[in-house]
Amino acid sequence: MNFMASKQPENSLLGPESDSQRTLYPYVTGTSVVALKYKDGILMAADMGGSYGSTLRYKSVERMKPIGKHSLLGASGEISDFQEILRYLDELILYDNMWDDGNSLGPKEVHNYLTRVMYNRRNKFNPLWNSLVLGGVKNGQKYLGTVSMIGVNFEDNHVATGFGNHLARPILRQEWHENLSFENGVRLLEKCMRVLLYRDRSAVNKLQIAKITEDGVTISQPYSLKTYWEFSAFENPAQGAIGSW
Amino acid sequence: MTKQQANWSPYDNNGGSCVAIAGADYCVIAADTRMSTGYNILTRDYSKICKLADKCVMASSGFQADVRALQKQLAARHLIYQHQHNKQMSCPAMAQLLSNTLYYKRFFPYYSFNVLGGLDNEGKGCVFTYDAVGSYEKVGYSSQGSGSTLIMPFLDNQLKSPSPLLLPAQDAVTPLVEAEAIDLVKTVFASASERDIYTVNKLELVIINAAGIRREYMELRKD
Repeated sequence: MNFMASKQPENSLLGPESDSQRTLYPYVTGTSVVALKYKDGILMAADMGGSYGSTLRYKSVERMKPIGKHSLLGASGEISDFQEILRYLDELILYDNMWDDGNSLGPKEVHNYLTRVMYNRRNKFNPLWNSLVLGGVKNGQKYLGTVSMIGVNFEDNHVATGFGNHLARPILRQEWHENLSFENGVRLLEKCMRVLLYRDRSAVNKLQIAKITEDGVTISQPYSLKTYWEFSAFENPAQGAIGSW
Repeated sequence: MTKQQANWSPYDNNGGSCVAIAGADYCVIAADTRMSTGYNILTRDYSKICKLADKCVMASSGFQADVRALQKQLAARHLIYQHQHNKQMSCPAMAQLLSNTLYYKRFFPYYSFNVLGGLDNEGKGCVFTYDAVGSYEKVGYSSQGSGSTLIMPFLDNQLKSPSPLLLPAQDAVTPLVEAEAIDLVKTVFASASERDIYTVNKLELVIINAAGIRREYMELRKD
């Protein structure tokens, strides 16, 4: 007995081939983004590395981008998905501008849009593999929020993604306070980024710090942090245990 | 080619507990304010309580993205109801809507554990308790979330609810006054935060009575 097997067209989304159409795991990834609110707005820091698994493949990836007039987006995770998100946001801001009504999308609105996009992709089992940080100032109101790849979102005075949650957040909880000056804010962010540099294997020593205030976005030129490797405890580490590393 | 297994989960548990107690002319709804993931704290100041209608408030714990989506769904449906009926939804009506909304996603559930509290059409307190797929029951008090196993037995002991099997049916609404019920909720959370790592930081209370809705806060242990 031979039933006519139903033939799927080649580009069908049913059957085993459909899985290759959906995100299964990330390929080129960025590591942590750290951000905090300060006196005049938001400060955000991210390094410029794009890792391909354990290879540091790309070392000039800009993982923070301005969005519209009032927002700044930083992303960790899959870089191609971040670029896709930038395309979505481009269209969103374009349509907003085309109304030409004197109104513009603020950071709260952009954050809400991103949350809905991430959540809906998760519902279709095809997530955008990113953790996003969205900060901005509009009409004197500072806003800093984050969205994960499954849609978990919240806003806070300081946020971080990936390893930053483990290493930077505790430092920020201890040392952040209201009305940080710009210098102190940068110093605090650099402290967090330095710890990440020492302890996160996907971090690179080439970072940018971005600032967003009522006046607009400034993203710094890439620079590196000073590091110290002469701690005596790390000299001759195999001293007490020959053969170890 | 062998089928690839997913290496990510669409769900996460962001922790926390919710409690609601109904009285003769008031209702207290309370939840903690911590959002966690695994052993990490995401934020210490996140509200799990959402006002759905004038006399109807929902507290939900579980997966925050699903909770948010659920709150938005209900708020949107409530707006449509107001346009069509020119009045606010009553608490029992909202209770039914929530149940239907949850069951609608029976085969990809909202990972959201809810308690709904408010005043019914006669001004009496009512509390409805739910599971993640919409089965619900009108009760005098309830708790959901990570601390519910610690909180519920204590509430059972203190509020001595009459058996639902009795005839004639006896009201499960507590005879306590509003101030006593608030005190009980504070005690209950203070105890739960000793032993449940997810139910900590701050307690947010919403009290609904004939005068309206008011909010109170209480600090809990933060570790």
